[in-house]
Amino acid sequence: MIELLRSLGRWGLDTFQRLGRGHLFLVQMLAGIPSSVFRFSLVVQQLFYVGVLSILIILISGLFVGMVLGLQGYNTLVDFGAEESLGVLVSLSLVRELGPVVSALLFAGRAGSALTAEIGLMKSTEQLSGMEMMAVDPMRRIVAPRFLAGLISMPLLAAIFSAVGIFGAFLVGHGLLGVDDGAFWSQMQAKTDWYEDILNGVIKSIVFGFVVTWIALFEGYDASPTSEGVGRATTRTVVHSAFAILGLDFVLTALMFGDV
Amino acid sequence: MAPLIKIRDLYFNRGDKVIFSGVDIDIYQGKVTAIMGPSGTGKTTLLKLIGGQLKPDRGTVEVDGQNVHKLSHSKLYELRKRMGMLFQSGALLTDLNVFENVAFPLREHSRLPESMIRDLVLMKLQAVGLRNAREMMPAELSGGMARRVALARAVTLDPMMIMYDEPFTGQDPISMGTLVNLIRRINDAMGLTSIIVSHDVAETTKIADEIYLLSGGKVIEKGNPETLKTSGSEWVKQFLQGLPDGPVPFHYPGNDFKNDLLNSKETQ
Repeated sequence: MIELLRSLGRWGLDTFQRLGRGHLFLVQMLAGIPSSVFRFSLVVQQLFYVGVLSILIILISGLFVGMVLGLQGYNTLVDFGAEESLGVLVSLSLVRELGPVVSALLFAGRAGSALTAEIGLMKSTEQLSGMEMMAVDPMRRIVAPRFLAGLISMPLLAAIFSAVGIFGAFLVGHGLLGVDDGAFWSQMQAKTDWYEDILNGVIKSIVFGFVVTWIALFEGYDASPTSEGVGRATTRTVVHSAFAILGLDFVLTALMFGDV
Repeated sequence: MAPLIKIRDLYFNRGDKVIFSGVDIDIYQGKVTAIMGPSGTGKTTLLKLIGGQLKPDRGTVEVDGQNVHKLSHSKLYELRKRMGMLFQSGALLTDLNVFENVAFPLREHSRLPESMIRDLVLMKLQAVGLRNAREMMPAELSGGMARRVALARAVTLDPMMIMYDEPFTGQDPISMGTLVNLIRRINDAMGLTSIIVSHDVAETTKIADEIYLLSGGKVIEKGNPETLKTSGSEWVKQFLQGLPDGPVPFHYPGNDFKNDLLNSKETQ
């Protein structure tokens, strides 16, 4: 019993210490951002690794998610004779929810894990220490540019996901199931609001980009410098990011659409 | 002459483990000073304390008259530009080739034109004999070559001192000889101050002007290699001659062997 309490206490202390370290890390990282803005070439390089290399997985997943939405939506709507609203259904689901959430989950798996492994390995091979001793602050040189790249990429990837998803739904809805294309597009345009839907979706994806990149970079930086430590940190990035995305999605949705 | 590095009354613990308890060390300009001791005596920790990467629990570390642990972040980074460090692993940046690794400190800290950076990097690489390996990536280098590239990188900014963390570990005889030679030559040619942390007795005594022997968190003995060889201390004798048993026991301290054999309950 005592042993159980003791381990519970130890777990609690460890968790709070990690949370504290995570927030200190965030402050240091944010302090490093101005210097990254002045050396934007570093950010551009990371935009390629973090953003561009994630496009393929986003394109393929977006297309299939949209196609499935098209099929499922049609089957439900056709019972009410409302199959022409398929465009609205698909665009709202994607722009408000699925676009930001699914692309953030994919981003955590593809780019987040890579960031953690990269920083963790740099730590375990003393590259970060080496930089410090060369009077180069790794927070400014390594961490901040990656953070900015994640923050910029995420909304763009979510937008690509939603756009491709809508195209996938159109392919299935119009091409396969014969929904009128004029109705599909015009209803979508009429019912999708620029501020209510698109802007809120973009805000969500910016928040997810912030949180996922923060978690990924912190886990890498805080990883114990062994191969096992880096492996664990990578797993934690994906798991914690998924929890954070889904939990924050509920909070943000409640704030944005809760009063409707 | 005032020492370049002055360590006074240094205490450092890692968790419950005492690493240093009251260490005083003076390192003089232009000299090669070796810090020696068995594995786990905190030799690398000492370098990290000098470089300001760790903070001592008590005591001071002064480099060139400045207390390293009282400096602001920017002042510490300014001081580090004048300190070179060679990590045991080399710590080369794996995504950059040899040339870019050596050019890294110049690109970060100076606005020199590309042609001048090229000349400076080639001069440093020439000094370590790897000018023609400049296109290679760190993964393609042997351990000895990686350390020589790291050495070229450590002297790129023409520092006042350079710290070597176990430079001879895991080297074949040829690269060992090359490194021993390079450390001494670079020290004398550039008027550097070198600190070598090592447990390789033969190589270190060859080039060191002054040796500090550390064990159990304290300085056991100091002096030039000749004085140490004639030291009367049993511990120094055991360490320098590599005797398996002596003041440092062969067996890790703990239970008595006989008791362990007779007391079989533990394993059941």
